[in-house]
Amino acid sequence: MSEQIIGWDREQMAQRAAQDIPNGAYVNLGIGIPEKVVRYVLEGREVIYHTENGLLGMGDAPAPGEEDPELINAGKKLVTAIPGAAYFHHADSFSMIRGSHIDICVLGAMQVAKNGDLANWSTGNPDAIPAVGGAMDLVAGVKTINVITQHVTKKGYPKLVEKCTFPLTGQAVVSRIYTDLAVIDVTAEGFKIVELAPGVDFDYVQERTGCTLVAA
Amino acid sequence: MINKQINSVEEAVAEIHDGATVMIGGFGEAGSPIELIHALIDQGAKDLIVVNNNTGSGHVGLAALIENRRVAKMICSFPKSANSLVFPDLYTKGEIELELVPQGTLAERIRAGGAGIPAFYTATSVGTPLAEGKEVRNINGRDFVLEYGLTADFALIKCLKADRYGNLIYNKTARNFAPVMAMAANTTIVQTKEFVPVGDLDPETVVTPGIFVDQVITVSDPLHESVLVNAGESYP
Repeated sequence: MSEQIIGWDREQMAQRAAQDIPNGAYVNLGIGIPEKVVRYVLEGREVIYHTENGLLGMGDAPAPGEEDPELINAGKKLVTAIPGAAYFHHADSFSMIRGSHIDICVLGAMQVAKNGDLANWSTGNPDAIPAVGGAMDLVAGVKTINVITQHVTKKGYPKLVEKCTFPLTGQAVVSRIYTDLAVIDVTAEGFKIVELAPGVDFDYVQERTGCTLVAA
Repeated sequence: MINKQINSVEEAVAEIHDGATVMIGGFGEAGSPIELIHALIDQGAKDLIVVNNNTGSGHVGLAALIENRRVAKMICSFPKSANSLVFPDLYTKGEIELELVPQGTLAERIRAGGAGIPAFYTATSVGTPLAEGKEVRNINGRDFVLEYGLTADFALIKCLKADRYGNLIYNKTARNFAPVMAMAANTTIVQTKEFVPVGDLDPETVVTPGIFVDQVITVSDPLHESVLVNAGESYP
């Protein structure tokens, strides 16, 4: 791998994902880079953020002195509620998810297969403590599942693959992937390049992908 | 006269027996009924099956209940998180059982249990290891997994305001699992920050109607789990 930074950084990946969130959308954001998407929603678009522990209308982190340990997000970080927010219990919250009322979910990934299979909860290592949270409910129920992830692992292995080797979170659930190198759609023909990051060409992305890509 | 108010946390947890299934409200520390959990540790019941989204943090509250070896099995969605030390250690040693349930399936299993629905089908977990061994049924062209309703002998939950009928309202995201757990348990025990006269709560805003509640104890100045964890406290 080249040592110089090529492609988009984490902020730019979040910024690119935010461009695809339309006005009026109800959105659930996963932990990590997806959390950054909230900063980049385009001006003039009003978006309502859902957090599965019981809040629609999640706002920013609280100002010092305004913290309430009973007002947190799914990552258990302190948050605020915007004017017009609503609280509800867990079964109602997951009715919003499972009942396809949430429009978009942006999640992280360990692997995505070319048919849209997602693995993002477990390496399958028998020594690890398994923990799934709401990921399987989100991918089964939310209308559009988008993924933000580095194109390859820290060790340089492709995360976009022919078939996931890690245990699945859901089957054929991912619509679009934002990586540091490209925006890629899951299509009937496989992974299709929608957009390449500046300075990145098709062959560069292909070399770092575990299956054959379809050009834009 | 109906009066569900009781006078001490000791009295509240007195009937919880060895081997009981206990649902404990809370998502992380939000909504965790820490005084009731500590009273349960003092009371001594063991071999409990505990239902909670997590497994507690540090060495207080739910983590302390587990650390004091009172819990035989956890039913939860996310047993590891920041400051969660006790459960991972016992699980790795094979000294505590885990039933891992997706969070929405957990909430719905509890809701169904409380609503008298024995089982339901959900698309959550289809094609994943968490669906292994479960009945799968194709309905209108899509596969769904059969999941069973979940009930409990006891629920321990926390609220903001309660009256003597057991009507409850909650604080922000501390509501989480409490309303469905109150429905699903034979005996629902509530710790409230404020106890108010009947008629004070607007019927339009009551979240848990008193029919789902059995006992209410006032804990006006509850401990905060994160404060205790940051201070390195342990219980007892």
